[in-house]
Amino acid sequence: MKILPPVSVEARRLLPSRWDLLAAILVLGFIIAFADASRYLVHPLSSITGHGLTLNPWDLPGYALRTGLRMLIALGVSLAFTFTYATWAAKSPRAGSLLVPLLDILQSVPILGFLSVTVVWFLSLTPGYVFGAELACVFAIFTGQAWNMAFSFYQSLRTVPPELEEAGRMFGLNAWARFWRIEAPYATPPLIWNMMMSMSGGWFFVTVAEAISVGDTNIALPGIGSWIAVAIAQKNLPAIFMAIVAMLVVILVYDQLMFRPLVAWADRFRIGNEQSGDQPQSWALTVYRRSRLLDLMTKPFDQMMRWSYYWHPPHFGIKAATRDYDSRLADLLWYVILGLIGAYGAYRIYEFAHASLAWSDLAQAVGLGMITLVRVMVLIALASVIWTPIGVYVGLRPRLTRIVQPVAQFLAAFPANILFPLVVSMIVIFDLNPDIWLSPLMILGTQWYILFNVIAGASAMPAELQDAADNFGVKGWLWWKRVALPAVFPYYVTGAITASGGAWNASVLAEVASWGTKTLHAHGLGAYVADATLKGDFHRVVLGIAVMSFFVVVVNRILWRPLYWFAERKFRLT
Amino acid sequence: MANDLLSVEHVRRTFPRGGGEELLVLDDVNLTLKEGEIVGLLGRSGSGKSTLLRLIAGLSRPQGGSLSYLGAPIEGPVQGVSMVFQGFALFPWLTVLENVQLGLEALNLPPRVMRERALAAIDLIGLDGYESAYPRELSGGMRQRVGFARAVVVHPNILLMDEPFSALDVLTAENLRTDLVELWGNGKLPIKGIILVTHNIEEAVLMCDRVLLFSSNPGRVASEIKIDLPQPRDRTTAQFEQYVDQIYVEMTARRVERLRQQQATSTTGTDMPLTHVSPSQISGLVEALSALADGKADLPDIAYDQELEVDELFPVAEAMQLLRLADVEGGDIKLTHMGKRFADGELNERKEIFSRALVNHVPLAAHIKKVLDERASHSAPKTRFLDELEDHMAEDTAEETLKTVVSWARFAELFSYDDDTAAFSLENPT
Repeated sequence: MKILPPVSVEARRLLPSRWDLLAAILVLGFIIAFADASRYLVHPLSSITGHGLTLNPWDLPGYALRTGLRMLIALGVSLAFTFTYATWAAKSPRAGSLLVPLLDILQSVPILGFLSVTVVWFLSLTPGYVFGAELACVFAIFTGQAWNMAFSFYQSLRTVPPELEEAGRMFGLNAWARFWRIEAPYATPPLIWNMMMSMSGGWFFVTVAEAISVGDTNIALPGIGSWIAVAIAQKNLPAIFMAIVAMLVVILVYDQLMFRPLVAWADRFRIGNEQSGDQPQSWALTVYRRSRLLDLMTKPFDQMMRWSYYWHPPHFGIKAATRDYDSRLADLLWYVILGLIGAYGAYRIYEFAHASLAWSDLAQAVGLGMITLVRVMVLIALASVIWTPIGVYVGLRPRLTRIVQPVAQFLAAFPANILFPLVVSMIVIFDLNPDIWLSPLMILGTQWYILFNVIAGASAMPAELQDAADNFGVKGWLWWKRVALPAVFPYYVTGAITASGGAWNASVLAEVASWGTKTLHAHGLGAYVADATLKGDFHRVVLGIAVMSFFVVVVNRILWRPLYWFAERKFRLT
Repeated sequence: MANDLLSVEHVRRTFPRGGGEELLVLDDVNLTLKEGEIVGLLGRSGSGKSTLLRLIAGLSRPQGGSLSYLGAPIEGPVQGVSMVFQGFALFPWLTVLENVQLGLEALNLPPRVMRERALAAIDLIGLDGYESAYPRELSGGMRQRVGFARAVVVHPNILLMDEPFSALDVLTAENLRTDLVELWGNGKLPIKGIILVTHNIEEAVLMCDRVLLFSSNPGRVASEIKIDLPQPRDRTTAQFEQYVDQIYVEMTARRVERLRQQQATSTTGTDMPLTHVSPSQISGLVEALSALADGKADLPDIAYDQELEVDELFPVAEAMQLLRLADVEGGDIKLTHMGKRFADGELNERKEIFSRALVNHVPLAAHIKKVLDERASHSAPKTRFLDELEDHMAEDTAEETLKTVVSWARFAELFSYDDDTAAFSLENPT
């Protein structure tokens, strides 16, 4: 299975199109609308629940369960989003031309940005109840999970083998049946891989989404995230350790009961005769398959789906399935509507910026963005230098790969704030510069994507090529230059794109770190957004988000996308 | 012996299996290569030919015995032994010239010398004009020419070829073979000896001075045949055909003898390993034979007619022998009475004949059927039989044996198997 980066690399063009511009306006306008709405809302509660949150070990399993459930719900919502949004984008060229750039912009918006502008609005939906806060939290996790899943699904739908589509049409399957019997199965294996990635990434943010303060609004939902926040505030190391263990358990449960069965089950959807080395196994899947209760429970659903397939298109067997209505008029209408929405969005942005922001604010945000950019690039370079050779070494040894891959997968789920105690103490004790020494926290979770992908690349290298290199006595630097590095390069790029996006996202968490009463600040855009969120300064939150998204998109366009295509063209083993 | 390029003595190679077991791939293999010789290693897949080639190249180490090149023991990749690979093994990110130069770069030669030698090799192999092309832009035949040029450019004493033509279409392969034989005959190749691994009998007779026949499980040198024909050789001559026939007879006689032995020695017979052959392959060969006079054919002829490689033909012939649909004897295959009835029958009759053959002649199928009959639920998990098989054979042999029985039983409608639940049962899905 080919793993694609979670950003749009479909188009090779460098310059933004007007669709990119419109997408940017829409996202920004939407965020501003939320932020504006939030400002006028009466804060219904100054703080929610969590007062009773004590660090009692007996409560921890309950908290872990709640956190796990939140992530499950968010994953469900993300799936629903994926099936609708990505399908719409793939099926309708008209919608797709906007929806794909929109997705690209959305994935560049820092996840905490979504949370800080929407949390107050969600709270106002159910004044006086925890439910609104739960919604906000689930929404934040959703924004961390949905985009790459939708991307993967969209890309799969676009590459369904035409003969499968044609077979479906010949047998008179309706669009609904074609989707469930051909397209969705085809897209399933990469989607499951992306769900696993999303889940890993979700952990990073659930810890923050459960316990967040926006201005005067303090939320602490019972869960592992709030537990960690309280533990940090109380300088309670054993509690942090317990949280790590609890997380490990939840991750293991998810892996064993959900992802492993899914991967083993989805193995049947791989197209073609490529036999994977060993078929994925899952004891849980065997249990599910043998269970009569489960069989009984799914049967009605199964039957309903079957019935829904029976409906044939009315023109089946009578005439070719081409529809020709006046699409020019529809096109025009579509463009006019989009134009109006875009103009309104632009007006709102202008009004928002004009009312309370000066050019100096923008200059400051861009300047801080540059600092964070340097930090991200240096860290990616460092991580590449460290993990690429290690990944090659591991990937060429199948036994080692089997041990290292799951460990790296767990480490990728490791939230940065768990290391706050260590990092903050070190910086204080040795009197270090936070601008430098807080930075590694940014890449803590995302560096593993480089390792994953390099390992995958090295283990995908054909044995014959390695034999050829050995046979001709290619060793040392020549071997790295001519054999190993080119072989893993396309995989490395995919990993680096993921890691870079993740690092930007994590900067909001990593540039401000606290342990007990001691809080350290680094200079950077992440800290800017974090501070503005804490103060409830929506204007600066929105400005920070917008500038950060801009940086992410630009870096993707001028660095990663060309690099990706270069790698695809030159180094892909076919 | 001064002119021995290579000598292999009593070489043994095993691979570790799960559960601390070892799979014996090569056992007591002896081989010498003299200057000016092409030696062919001929055998079915799984007979360890390629493993032996990797040992000679120093890419892996034997568990027993010794290998020496020009009198010195081989303990790692040897300069002077270069290899041509079945799948070409070209680096997709390097151009033709860069691929060819790779071996020279490892020798640390000055750039000017490297370029000269690389261009000379490219010229020799007929790749002129393709220097700056990437492998993906070339056809299979041209790619393998790059493989040859890359192997030749380092001026090796020994050239190892691992089924170099098997990934090519028939015409391209023949074209490349003749070019190679011609270059070798002219003494234009800077090479002293060649070892060619193949499973194509005609290819071996066409190119080699000596052919070593390998038996499988474990791989051993079963016999050696000297091909005493002048180059270039003509496939249509009687002597050529005689050599081909001789090799066929030796290879089948040995296999069939072994099959008979296995059937005779094992008490229940359920521990006999089966090679996977689909019922439609069997039906195909039965039909082809029934079209001939007396339902009888020469194995090389039928292989040629059906465009089957040895690797594909032998397992089918053996399966037919096992099911008593045909008799294989001395390079001939002949339909039995049952085989003729099978050929004449409609689908349902065929299924019935197949079903009876399974119960009577394939002890494992009979055993599974019996267990299913006896159980109240009429079903049994796959692991029950797999564990039994694994007492007698390696894990993947057991898997393949069971897979074969499943496919045969499905065709015969003897019993069914559900992959989701990994269970055998008597019920047919409705």
